[in-house]
Amino acid sequence: MHEMGIIIHLAGTLEETAREEGLTRISRVTLEVGEVSGIITDYFEDCWNYFKKRHPVLEDSRLEILTIPAVTYCSACGREYETVKYGRECPYCKSGETWLVRGNECVIKEIEAE
Amino acid sequence: MKVIELNKKATASNDRDAALLREELKSRGLFLINLMSAAGSGKTTFLSRTIKDLEGRVPVGVMEADIASDVDAAAIEALGAKSIQAHTGGCCHMDAAMTREALDAFQPEGGMIVFLENVGNLICPAEYDTGAHLKIMLLSVPEGDDKPLKYPLMFEESDALLITKTDALPYFDFDLEAARKRALALNPEIAVFPVSAKTGEGMAAFEDWLLGRYRAFTESA
Repeated sequence: MHEMGIIIHLAGTLEETAREEGLTRISRVTLEVGEVSGIITDYFEDCWNYFKKRHPVLEDSRLEILTIPAVTYCSACGREYETVKYGRECPYCKSGETWLVRGNECVIKEIEAE
Repeated sequence: MKVIELNKKATASNDRDAALLREELKSRGLFLINLMSAAGSGKTTFLSRTIKDLEGRVPVGVMEADIASDVDAAAIEALGAKSIQAHTGGCCHMDAAMTREALDAFQPEGGMIVFLENVGNLICPAEYDTGAHLKIMLLSVPEGDDKPLKYPLMFEESDALLITKTDALPYFDFDLEAARKRALALNPEIAVFPVSAKTGEGMAAFEDWLLGRYRAFTESA
């Protein structure tokens, strides 16, 4: 399961951060998740609630997910457009020379901890 | 309670482990290749051919990663090559920690090319750095030439694309040039090799390229 793999690494990254910062309890984890990251947030939260119990520092934490809209840049006409609505082809000039600017990320924005 | 701003990738711990592993392997002269593709694209057959062709030129080892069974490792061992079967414990991909564990059990000799045959899956393996020095992906003719459009990340991440089972081209509507163009549009640096591991067609061009990359690696180590 895709979400499980990400959660394992997320928990690892957070444990490492807690060690570095001398934290004993993380109460909130705020993630920025891109619209086209392939992460299904419902599954993701279920996985988190199951997995956090294995890590004492994360046990009481709440996951907060902020969705980042996906944006594509067209290198032919230099304009940006909504990825989910139009896909890979630029709606303005019909070029296929397009690149995802954002929307594929899974970033830990901030945590609340003590 | 305090709020700490992190702005760290969720997989940051894996990226760090992978970078460390890559450096360590380099100092031991071990060239690790992450071999990725969908299930059934011919990874094991392709590896069997490569092992036979490279025999006597460079030592090759294979680490097979699957969710269960050891059929692939058994096939490789039948060729006399060093092989190990790793299980991902249900996970859809190999990460740096799993790769390190497999390497510790495998104990490859210095100077070896080690193929990590990742879990058959066109999606997740592309997202995790295993610590490999080179990423090679396979796309087989029966899968269709539209796969770069559907699963772009693996094409973007790979150093080489092998279009396998070209002996089956007469039976499928697979447009070789369309597949090549679509892959290059995603990744202009990707090296594309149409091959048939069954007939051997195209394998020499790929093996020359591979040996070139191996030499460049050992010279910079």
